[in-house]
Parts: sequence; structure tokens; C-alpha cells
Amino acid sequence: MHLEYQVYEADFVNAGAASSAIKKTLKQLNVNPQIVKRVVVALYEAEVNAIAHAYGGMIYADIEPDKITVKVVDKGPGIPDIAWAMQEGNSTASPEVRNMGFGAGMGLPNIQKNVDKLNVTSTVGVGTTVEMEVNFA
Amino acid sequence: MKLREISELLNAKVLCGHDRLEEEHESAFASDLMSDVLTLGDYNPVILTGLCNMQTIRTCEMGNLDIIVLVRKKKATEEMIEEAEDEGMVVMECDYSMFKACGLLFQAGMKPIF
Repeated sequence: MHLEYQVYEADFVNAGAASSAIKKTLKQLNVNPQIVKRVVVALYEAEVNAIAHAYGGMIYADIEPDKITVKVVDKGPGIPDIAWAMQEGNSTASPEVRNMGFGAGMGLPNIQKNVDKLNVTSTVGVGTTVEMEVNFA
Repeated sequence: MKLREISELLNAKVLCGHDRLEEEHESAFASDLMSDVLTLGDYNPVILTGLCNMQTIRTCEMGNLDIIVLVRKKKATEEMIEEAEDEGMVVMECDYSMFKACGLLFQAGMKPIF
């Protein structure tokens, strides 16, 4: 099953809509609730990142019998130092993002803790792609 | 502790989830940082927070956390209450500070999750 969602820059009102839709789909497919929670927490952090830090982007989810693969492709500005961004506590979040309860530098580390595979690639001026995979068993 | 007892102890106004007030819950977690709320793994503690916007409800939805106490006189919007009702959540508003609300619950036997 292939699902696609568009997310828009600074659209905090709808932040989480894609994650919520994917959560409902996984529940309908009777995926183990603990696995669903891991997928959704990771995806929600990535979705908020694309809205808070990037100029929006796309979320592509592929659900197979044994795993889900999600790719969040944003439109930039890109991450100059991914290793720095992966460290807990490092953040470039705006005051607006912090007012929403995010921006403490826990997003990418939180994603890493919840997925089985994570690949973050970024080109400054082009964008960032976060690919994650969670096995169902 | 029953959710009804929590609402009484905190002098809190229950906004939605009135049908769940006889449920027993024994642990709580307090944070204004939603990324912290998303690190709780399989637990479903009562969440105390002073963060009061749609992201509070969404974050709890993503984390399977369905009991929210808004502290420091924060008032939920209609939109927040509607979303919480759709998700079957219990949401309360409490005028006390985070410190006082946590202190009262701890004193009454509510447990931390770590």
C-alpha cells in the first residue's frame, strides 16, 4: 500500500495530520499497537521537522506485510552538519516552534530510537530526505 | 487513583471524557516539552502540561496518551476539545501551578514512571 501526503512550511495547525492518517491505517491493518506507536512517534517528529525547519515537503509511506518504509522529502534549506543535528539537545528551532512544545533538539534522536533503519541525507540549498523503516515483527 | 479523584484533588474542570472518570490510573508525567512526552514508550501516564495548543492534543494522540491535565490556568480551545473528544481523551483544566499539581498527586500516591 502506497500513501502520499503533502506538508507545508509553518503549517502548525495541520502538523500531525499525515502521521494521524498513517496511524489509523496501521491500526486498521491490525499492526501490533506497540509497533504502531514507534512508527507514529518517529513519523510525527519527522513531519514536525518538515513543517518547522523546512519549506514543506512530501511524505511517502509504503506499507508491506512485514514492514513500513517512510520517506520524508523536504524542500530545503538542508542540514549543513547532520552529525550535529543528530545529537540530542542541538536545535536551530525558531521561538514559534518552541512555543509549540518542540525545538529542544530531540526530534532526530527520538526518530532514531523508534525505527529499525534510519537514513538522513541532506544537500544545503536543496533539501533533506529522512528515510525510515520499521519491521512489524 | 480514579480520574474523578484526580479532578477533585486538583480542583480541575473536566472538559471531555466524563464517562471515563471511574478509571483508575497510578502514574503521571509532567512536561511542557512535547518531544519529552513522545519518549514514554509503552506507558500511558496522566500527562500534566502547561503547553496548551493543538500540538498538545496531537502529540498525545501520537503517543497513545489519553489523559491530559492542563495546568497554570491554561484554557483549551474549542478546536482542542473537539479533537480530544474525537480521540476519546480525558482533558481537564487546573488553575494550580505545575509544581503544586504534581505535589498534590505525588502526596496522594500517584507514581512517577521513572
